Amino acid sequence: MLNAAAHEAVVVRQRQREARRWQFLMIFIVLIACSMLFDIVTGPSLLPVSDVVHALFQPGTAEPMTKTIVYEMRLPVALMALVVGAALGLGGVQMQTLLDNPLASPFTLGLAAAAGFGAALALVASSAFGIFSLFAIPVGAFIFSMLAASLLFGLALMRHINSQTIILAGIALLFLFQSLLSLLQFISSPELNQQIVFWLFGSLMRTTWDSLLITAVVTLVCAVLLYRDAWKLTCLRLGEARALSLGVNINRLRIKTLVLVALMTSTAISFVGVIGFIGLVAPHIGRMLIGEDQRYLIPLSALCGALLLSVSSVISKSIIPGALFPIGIVTAIIGVPFFIWLILGRGRKHA
Amino acid sequence: MLELHQLSVNIGAQSLVQDLSLQLLPGQLHVIIGPNGTGKTSLLRTLFGELPLQSGDIRFNQKSRSDMPISQWRQLFGYMPQNTQSDLELSVLEVVVLGRLARLKLRLSDEDLQAALSALAELGITHLADRPMYSLSGGQRQMVLFAQVLLREPKMMMLDEPVSALDLQHQLQLMEHLHAKTRANDWVTIVVLHDLNLAAQFADQLIVLADGKLQAFGHPREVLDAELISRLYQVPVELYHDREGLPYIRTVRRASQTV
Repeated sequence: MLNAAAHEAVVVRQRQREARRWQFLMIFIVLIACSMLFDIVTGPSLLPVSDVVHALFQPGTAEPMTKTIVYEMRLPVALMALVVGAALGLGGVQMQTLLDNPLASPFTLGLAAAAGFGAALALVASSAFGIFSLFAIPVGAFIFSMLAASLLFGLALMRHINSQTIILAGIALLFLFQSLLSLLQFISSPELNQQIVFWLFGSLMRTTWDSLLITAVVTLVCAVLLYRDAWKLTCLRLGEARALSLGVNINRLRIKTLVLVALMTSTAISFVGVIGFIGLVAPHIGRMLIGEDQRYLIPLSALCGALLLSVSSVISKSIIPGALFPIGIVTAIIGVPFFIWLILGRGRKHA
Repeated sequence: MLELHQLSVNIGAQSLVQDLSLQLLPGQLHVIIGPNGTGKTSLLRTLFGELPLQSGDIRFNQKSRSDMPISQWRQLFGYMPQNTQSDLELSVLEVVVLGRLARLKLRLSDEDLQAALSALAELGITHLADRPMYSLSGGQRQMVLFAQVLLREPKMMMLDEPVSALDLQHQLQLMEHLHAKTRANDWVTIVVLHDLNLAAQFADQLIVLADGKLQAFGHPREVLDAELISRLYQVPVELYHDREGLPYIRTVRRASQTV
C-alpha cells in the first residue's frame, strides 16, 4: 500500500514535469506573437503604429497604400521569419541529436555554403545567358544544398561510418563550397559580385506569398514526420548502440531524419539566403529549458528558432530607423554574445 | 534454448568468431570470459543481429534467426551494450520507460509509468525515479539502465561488461539481481565479464573464448584451472578454492619484483 502511494506520487511529479514543459511552449508562443506584432509595425517606410494596426485588423477601411505595405510586404516577411526560424531550429536540433554533436547545424555541415554556391552559380549563369528568372536563384541554391546533403546521406548509409565521420565530411563540404564560391566571385564582374554578396547576407525582404507558402508547407510536413519519431530520437540520446538495443532501426532513422532535415533547411535557406547561427543556438536554448525529451524539445526548438529570427528581424529594422540591416549579420552579432553567456551559465549549473 | 551452430563471424577480412557451437539453456547464467579483442562483444552483437553471419545458424526455441524479421528477433532480447551515454537531462523515469519503445504512444500512459516504476521497485531504486540522469553516480546509472532492459520483458538477456565501472557493492547488487531474475523469468542470460572471480561466483556455465574460438565450456569448477588461464592471458596465475569449493584466481608477480 505504501508502495502504491509512493508510485502515485512519482507519477504525479512526472505529470507536473510535463505540464511545466507545456508552459514553456505556451510562453514561447506568446512571445512569438508579440515579436511578430513588433515585426509588422516596424519597417523602413516608418508608418505610424496606429495605421499599421488598423490596416492589419481592419483591411477593409484602411488606406490602400498602407494596406499594400502591410499585406504584401510586412506580413509575409514577418511570417517568413517565423517559418524559416522554425525550420532552422528544427533542422539544428535533429542534426545535433542524430550526429550526437552539439556543433552540428545546417551551417556547420556545409548545407548553407552549398546553397550559397548554388545561388551564386544561378546568378552568374543567368547573367551570362541573359535569361533571368525569379526562381533561378532559389532553385540553384536548393539543388546544391540537396547535393551536399546527398553526399552526407551516402555516408550515413555506409556500414561502419560513425557520426564523427559524417560531421568531418560536412565540414569538408563547407570548405569546398566556400572555396568554389570565392572562385565564382573572383571571376565574376563587380556588379554581379555585389549581387552575390547581397544574397549571402541573407534577407527576408525577398519574401513573397508564394515563397512563404512553399517554405511553410515543406517545413510543416517535415516537422510532422520528424515529430512522429520523437521517442526513437530520444532513445538515440543514449548512444547509437543503446538505441539499437532498444529496437530502433538506426540506419533507417538516420537517413529519414537527414532527408527531412535537408529538405526543410534547404528550402528555407534557398529563399532567404544564408542565415547562420539560429540552427546552432535554438536547440541549445530548448535543451537548457526542458531537457532531452524530444516530444517537447522538437516543438520548443522550432519555436525558439522562430522567436530568435523574428526578434532579429525587428532589430535589423530598428538599429537605424528607416534603414535595413541584413538579417544574417544581425543574428550572429546579437546572438553570439548571448550564446556565450548562456553556455557559460550552464557550465556553472552542472559544476 | 538458444543454439549456436557452427557460427562464424567476420568483419572485413578479420575473423572474429570461428566455428562456434553452443547450447544455452533458459534459467541459466552464462558468463563469457576471455582476453581483450577475442570477439566477446562481436559475439553478442551477432546474436542480436547487428553483425551478419558468415556461416552457421542461430536458433531460439527451434526458430532460426533468418526465419523471422530482424525487428521481431531483436524483440526477444534485453541487451545492455557497453558505452551508453547517460549524462542526460532526462528523468530516471523517462529513461526507464524507453525500455518499452515499441509500445509507447506520444502521450505517456499511466500504465507505462507504472511499469517503469515496478521495474525500479524490483531493483530497489524507486527513490531515484524523479532524479535527472546526469545527477546519478555510475552505479546508480547502471541500475537504471538495467531497469530499462527489464521493461522489455525479454526471453534472453545479454549484458556486455555491466559491472566494469561499479564498486564492490554495486557489482554484487547487480549480479545478484541478474541471477535472481534469470531464475525467476527463465531467461537465457549471457554476460561478458572481465573479473574472473565474479565470473566464477555467478556463472552456471562459463564460456571461455580466445582468438574467436571456444576454449572451454562448463561450470566454473570444471573449467577454471591455472594452466588454461595462464595460457590464455599470458600471465602466471595461482588458483585457490573458497569455502564453497568455488575457484578464485590471483595473478603472480614476477619474482624479481616481489623480493
